[in-house]
Amino acid sequence: MVGTGWYLALAAVVFALGAVGLLVRRNPLIMFMCVELMLNAVNLTFVAFGRDLTDLGGQVSVFFVLVVAAAEVVVGLAIVVAIMRRQSGATADDISVLRG
Amino acid sequence: MEIAVFAVCAAIVIGGALGVIVARHPVHAALSLVATLFGIAVLFLTLDAQFLAAVQVIVYAGAIVVLFLFVIMLLGVDRVENLRTEPLGGQRPLAAGLGVAVLVLALLFAIAAGSGGFGGDEVATGRPAAVAPEFDSCTGVPKALEGSAAAIDCDGPEPISNIRQVAWWVFTDYVWAFQLTGLLLTVAVVGAVILARQRGGDDGSDEESVPDPAPEAVG
Repeated sequence: MVGTGWYLALAAVVFALGAVGLLVRRNPLIMFMCVELMLNAVNLTFVAFGRDLTDLGGQVSVFFVLVVAAAEVVVGLAIVVAIMRRQSGATADDISVLRG
Repeated sequence: MEIAVFAVCAAIVIGGALGVIVARHPVHAALSLVATLFGIAVLFLTLDAQFLAAVQVIVYAGAIVVLFLFVIMLLGVDRVENLRTEPLGGQRPLAAGLGVAVLVLALLFAIAAGSGGFGGDEVATGRPAAVAPEFDSCTGVPKALEGSAAAIDCDGPEPISNIRQVAWWVFTDYVWAFQLTGLLLTVAVVGAVILARQRGGDDGSDEESVPDPAPEAVG
């Protein structure tokens, strides 16, 4: 049995990679993927702690996080599609004005 | 054996995460994301979360990444991003420093929270290693609440299944949150359709050719 600490350490690494990617990349789609990475890292800590504490609430929380992540991706990609339609090849820097 | 599985999955997860942030081609980034998600699904299996492992593969790898790929193809943004230009001066070193800070802090917390947990079953913290499972061995519901789950057939050869436990919690204690997620998904779908649909008049490109639609038709 692999200890909980190893899972937490792996999740920390994935979260940090996702955070760096979110800050460095400028393609909105890849920024979304980095957000997914961070969400997955947190999911991993939820399940690891859930096993550590023999509490199923961790897994139920991950279930809800999955649903929220799906909704977030759907709305986010719709916004990206709407922006790209006006301005092809837009990066995050081109979307600095919150205006239609 | 479990250590080997964990090591392989950790390598896949970290490699995939690195692939997401260094891939210059968005399609490659999406495929690296699939590798990461599969690795995490296997890690869920090793953590006895079979239901979440299946949902992870179906929802993330099956739906979300396909949605990403679909948008990439639809928009034709699958060209290589120029990683040389740096519009914000000093942003990358700052981001790297911040990432290292996050990593160090999170690792410190991980070590503090899982202290002794690196070795194996024997947890050397002050609290008891494993709280005595409060679940009934057959129904998978807490013993204190067992009367309400009397309908479950307990004669089967299988012990508690993970799905049964998760379902019990989702449909009892968390049922309000569960209903709200349904509402959230409905709102998200409607919002996505409204955001992404081709509006006749205010598209810019065909503004001259198409007369303005009635205001009620928009939104």
